[in-house]
Order: sequence, then C-alpha cells, then structure tokens
Amino acid sequence: MNFQVMIESIPALLGGVVLTLQLVAVASLVGFVLALGVTGLRLSGKPWLVAPAYAYVFFLRGTPLLIQIYLVYYGLSQFPELRKSVLWPFLREPWWCALIAFSLNTSAYVSEVMRGAITAVPRGQIEAAKAVGMSAVMRLRKVVFPQAVQIGLPAYSNEIILMVKASSLASTVTLLDLTGVARSLASETYMPVEVLGLAGIIYLIINFILTRILRGIEWLVTPRLQSEAGRIAKA
Amino acid sequence: MIDLHGFGGLLAEGTWMTIRVTLIAAAAGVSLGIGVALMKLSASRLLRFLGEVYTTGLRGVPVLLVILLFYFGAIAAVNSVARTLGYTEFIDVSAFAAGCIALSLAFGAYAAEVFRGAFQAVPKGQIEAARAIGLSRLKTFVKITLPQVWRLALPGLGNIFLVIMKETALISVVGLDELMRKTQFAVDYTKKPFTFYLVAAFIYLGLTIVAMGVTALLESRANRGFAIDRRQA
Repeated sequence: MNFQVMIESIPALLGGVVLTLQLVAVASLVGFVLALGVTGLRLSGKPWLVAPAYAYVFFLRGTPLLIQIYLVYYGLSQFPELRKSVLWPFLREPWWCALIAFSLNTSAYVSEVMRGAITAVPRGQIEAAKAVGMSAVMRLRKVVFPQAVQIGLPAYSNEIILMVKASSLASTVTLLDLTGVARSLASETYMPVEVLGLAGIIYLIINFILTRILRGIEWLVTPRLQSEAGRIAKA
Repeated sequence: MIDLHGFGGLLAEGTWMTIRVTLIAAAAGVSLGIGVALMKLSASRLLRFLGEVYTTGLRGVPVLLVILLFYFGAIAAVNSVARTLGYTEFIDVSAFAAGCIALSLAFGAYAAEVFRGAFQAVPKGQIEAARAIGLSRLKTFVKITLPQVWRLALPGLGNIFLVIMKETALISVVGLDELMRKTQFAVDYTKKPFTFYLVAAFIYLGLTIVAMGVTALLESRANRGFAIDRRQA
C-alpha cells in the first residue's frame, strides 16, 4: 500500500465526486418527471397507452445501461439528419449523452416504484373519497399521494443509491466522474489498487451519507414513524 | 430483416460468452451468498463483522469499479511479483477470470442479504423438532433448512440474476470478448453503431425473458407443496 499516492489523489478524486453528484442530481430530477408521465400512462387503463409505457419500461429495465449509453453516444451519429440538426451540439457532448441515458434508465425503474406505491393505496379509501364527493384531483392530492409517498419512499431511496453506482458508467464515454478520474489516475500512477480502492471508499461514504439523508426524509413524511418515536421517548 | 453484415456468428459467440460468465457468477455467487449469510447469522462477533463488511462494501461500490480493481489490481500484483523474481516482460491477466471474480463477489453480496432473510424465515420449531428426533446438525441443515431456504430465496435470487446478467456487459471495458465487445467490433467495422447496439440490446432482452421464464418454472417447482394454500388464498 502506498498511502502517499492515496493522499495525493484525494483532491482530483473529489473533483470527480462533483461531476458524479451533478449527474446523479440532474438525472434523478429529469428521471422523476419522466417517471410521473410513464406511471400516468401505465395506470391510465387504456390499452393503447399502457402498452407503449410497458414496452418502454421493459426495454430500459431489461437491457444493460452500458448499451443504453452507447446507443445515445455512439448510436445517434448513425443518422445524418440528426448530425445536421440543431440538437447535434448537445448530442455530441458525452455529458448530455450520459445524462439522457441515465434519465431514461432511472425513469423506468422509478415509474415501477411509483406504480407499486400508488396501487398499494387501499381501493376502499378511494371509493370512500368518491362517495363523499371528492373530485379526482382532490382524491389524488388528499388521499392517494400522501400515502403513496410514504409507501414508495424506501424503494425510491434504493433507486437513488443505484443511480449513484450506475453513474460510474459515465467514465466509459470519457467523462471524468469519480470513476473516470480514478481510472486515469490509476494508469498515470501505476497504483490501481490504491487509487481505485480509495474511489470505492468514497462511493461508500457518498452512499452512506445519502442513505442517512433519505432516511431523514422518510421520517419527515411518515407521521407513523414520528408518533412511534414519540411513544418510545415518553416510555 | 436487419442486415447484420455477416456479424451474426460473432454476436452469437459473444452471447455464449455472456451466458457462461453469468452462469459462473451465479453458481459462485449463490454458494458465497449462503456462506456469508451463515456468517452474518453466526454467534461469533468476528464472523458477523466480516460478513457485514463484505456485503456493505460490495453493495455500496459500483460493479464497474470492482471489475477495474480486480483486473488492474491483479495485473499490478502479478507484474510486481514477477519483477522481484527477475522477470521483466509484461504479463497480462485474464479478463475472464477478473470479470468472473468481480461479478461473483457482487452476486454473493446481494445473495447474502436474500439468504439471510430466508434462513430467518424458516420456523425455529422445525429445527428444534429435527434435532429432537435425533437428526445431526448437518442433516438438519441439508434436509430441513436448505430446501425451504431455496424456496424462500428464489424470487430474490431471480432478480439478482437479471441484474448481474446485465452487468456482465461491463466486463467488455477490460476486454473480455462477450456480447458487448463483439458488438463493438461489428460497430467499428460497419460504422453502424445504432443498428448493432440495438441488436445487442434485443439479445440481452431475449436473455432476460428466458431467465425470467426459467425463474418462474423453478419457483413453481419449489412451491409445488404450497399449491393448495395459494388456491385457498
């Protein structure tokens, strides 16, 4: 073990952490919005809307993320029309390509979480809300969402952690995220175990902190957990 | 039909390699998972701690990084040993071995969590009863615990299998000639990246469907004694 190399590579690796977190944050946000749409389609009950949404989710969950990134980054250049279009300055950039692939990928997984959470809300409650005369929007806002958020949040937290790990694939399209920086440092220093191992430890720390934050949010939106904690504190 | 420009055979070879790596990682990962689950449930604090470090470490780090670590780490280790022995030529390490080890370890870490849950779900009374009628510890484990653990763990293992099968694509990064890398060859030659990556994507999708079918078969077989319960529910 060469600790000198490990200490010296910390600043560069932290630079990579910034790009990793940036990719995760933006992709999670875009993926979340996309997932809302996909979930809407899947729960619409209309076969011609459900089928494409199902195919979208099945394709993105059933194929490797690496292929999805390559399809966007290398694949799109196959179409001359795209290369001449106004979009090309974006689609040429690895940052945008990775972001597009990550967003699409995570939207498929998150939409499954949302679907599960929404369908887990007991039917009787929705019928009761209808019976007392609540409008569709009111039912969603007052009955379905507050409960779906509580049910879905633990699984959603898992998706965020998976996204952090998946973001390491950005390094395959030349981006210098945490893994990308570690790879180039490893080949520069000829100390792969030290540098890659340190990058692994940094991923662990990121995931540990994120898990804690997400648990905090779960606690905030789940009154049941708070009242239990209160009861334990009183006892 | 899509024109594969004569690269169909190459893709088939790659697919076969992908299947082989996945099956090796699954077999090694399941054994590892059972072992580590037992460590995590053991009375020894040291074993529990080691099991915890292993699962937390491998589940919290990207698989790509684990693959790179094993591949380049092994190269660095082998070459430094060779140099101290006076051998100066560069020695390459098998991407196949490095990839299999990395994915087996990842599979094992996820499987350990599944198995731990399954071991805990086997009613304690059954084990006490088996011991009471004079079955040895080993026999109790093999005859009473394992068959039930298998049934309880199957859905979780099926999910891990699908995840790991997709992650085998990452071994292409260190140069293993599996489906992804064979596809890259075809892309380099034909300059048709979208066509070939899409074809590869559908091959992975096909493998996913087959794996899902096999899992469903295994699950219905493992649940055959429980068919009546399900009809009642």
